[in-house]
Amino acid sequence: MQAFLLKRLGQAIVTIFGVATLIFFLQRLTGDPTYLLVPETATPADIEAMRRSLGFDRPIIVQYLAFLTDLAQLDLGRSVIQNVPVTTIIASRLPYTVMLAAGALIVACGIGIPVGILLALWRNSPVAKLLASLVLAAQSMPTFWSGILMILIFAVTLGWLPPSSTGGFENLIMPSIALGLLSMATFARITRTALLDELSKDYVRTARSRGAGLGWILVRHLARNASIPIITVAALEISNLLAGAVIVETVFAWPGLGQVTVQSILARDFLVVQGVVLLGALVTIGLNVLADILYSIVDPRIRLGGVR
Amino acid sequence: MNAAVATSAPPRSRRFRYATWLPLGLVTIFVAAAFLAPYVALYDPNQQNLLARLKAPGFVSRGVTYWLGSDELGRDLLSRLIHGARISLFVAFASVILSGTVGVLLGMLAGYMRGVVEIIVMRVVDIFLSIPAILLAIITVAVLGPGLVNVIVVLALTRWPRYARVAYGQTLGVANMPYVRLATFMGAGPGRILFRHILPNIIGAVTVVATLEFGLMVLFEAGLSFLGLGVQPPTASWGAMLSTGRNYLATAWWIATFPGLCLFLLVLAINLLGDDLRDRFDPRLQ
Repeated sequence: MQAFLLKRLGQAIVTIFGVATLIFFLQRLTGDPTYLLVPETATPADIEAMRRSLGFDRPIIVQYLAFLTDLAQLDLGRSVIQNVPVTTIIASRLPYTVMLAAGALIVACGIGIPVGILLALWRNSPVAKLLASLVLAAQSMPTFWSGILMILIFAVTLGWLPPSSTGGFENLIMPSIALGLLSMATFARITRTALLDELSKDYVRTARSRGAGLGWILVRHLARNASIPIITVAALEISNLLAGAVIVETVFAWPGLGQVTVQSILARDFLVVQGVVLLGALVTIGLNVLADILYSIVDPRIRLGGVR
Repeated sequence: MNAAVATSAPPRSRRFRYATWLPLGLVTIFVAAAFLAPYVALYDPNQQNLLARLKAPGFVSRGVTYWLGSDELGRDLLSRLIHGARISLFVAFASVILSGTVGVLLGMLAGYMRGVVEIIVMRVVDIFLSIPAILLAIITVAVLGPGLVNVIVVLALTRWPRYARVAYGQTLGVANMPYVRLATFMGAGPGRILFRHILPNIIGAVTVVATLEFGLMVLFEAGLSFLGLGVQPPTASWGAMLSTGRNYLATAWWIATFPGLCLFLLVLAINLLGDDLRDRFDPRLQ
């Protein structure tokens, strides 16, 4: 187990290093990164001063090493517009995005997993076919459209829910559903496939021949075995939800990381954008490692295979 | 192939008609609208009429009928939707071709050459895939700036690893086949092996991925334009139209509703086609 963990963590660190390198060179895609950080009205003297103060006049290798050193110390630089550390901005916005992603995950699992179970158990019935089409429709719906439709119906027309911004629990309902619907389809699909895989196995037939009811088999045997792929997908979906929050937050004026990212791009505050992207990658990599660890706890065969 | 999946799928002959022709018909309508936009669209998509601002569907002004209503500058929504199909499909097509070509080439090379090439290419793929796609696209737009060409470049840059991973996996499976080794024996060079013997065998799987990616690229372009980072006004883009419509939800519901409906139908049709293709080519593909 330890060897497996170490190997997996080692890979993760290499990937994080790679992401940092990629972002560093991405910034220099158009040449001088100073232009990403100054307002469009800046004079040549301002630009030169900024270039010096940020150290962009140094040799590129020195800049690269300085960039990595800062990152290792969790220093993401300062916002040019707000003149506060990027980490402070991220820390103030992060709770909102986490809240939204959690709400969306509850919607996605809460609807997706039961729907997936129904799709697997009643796989040839008309109900399952109808459900399957609804799932596909939900997957094809852009979040910015489903969000706007919900605002139109439930806020503007019916007046049941507040159209946007924060406040109480009711402000979280529509954004969570808009964001969660997308992942709901993924959960339904993976649950269906995982269950069908397991249902065809010998132990299920044996259990049934002993007279066990389908409900009992589902709880006693299938839940554990079918949960493996679902866990992995859940971990990967969380990073999708965080990324999807960028658009949903803009639709609902939700003051999370996504909103601040979009605002920062429009205001040419590049370091904030960079900070959010680095955080997104870090979370994704972390969740992947977590999924692998959970996976190996549920199924020891994977851990043993991983060591070899 | 897995027994459960096989039994769960209805017989192909019965599925064939609806699952293939319905979405294909829908996609054809959008493609036709895109190609024939200047002829099909009744009016100039950028023609403003300040006397006919925010008018409901069916409004008639100065002999012009606004079938789907007009926007905040009095432009005909239907004509803008038809021209928007052009942008949507062009960006998706160009970025799929670009990222597909780069990704498949690198993936095949990694799977065929193995060794250092394999390690470098697949590590870079891992790195790209560990940044959430929307965020990678956004930061690249932040560097390059918005605009039609940049959006295509950004999407290609963001999505090639997906193809590389599939092409790599498929090539690994094919490269050790007896016929490939025989071809090597008989003196075929790497180029001939890759393009004559490996590519035709992996193109099916790549096509399935490309189809699903096409739908995703339509959504990405619309998403970037919605955020104001994509195609710039006054060019008609569904995403940008939705974004404008958001400001007029209480007074003019049609501005946001119809572009979204187009997006939804196009992406749904593409996803249905992709699912159908996947069922035919390879049931084990994710």
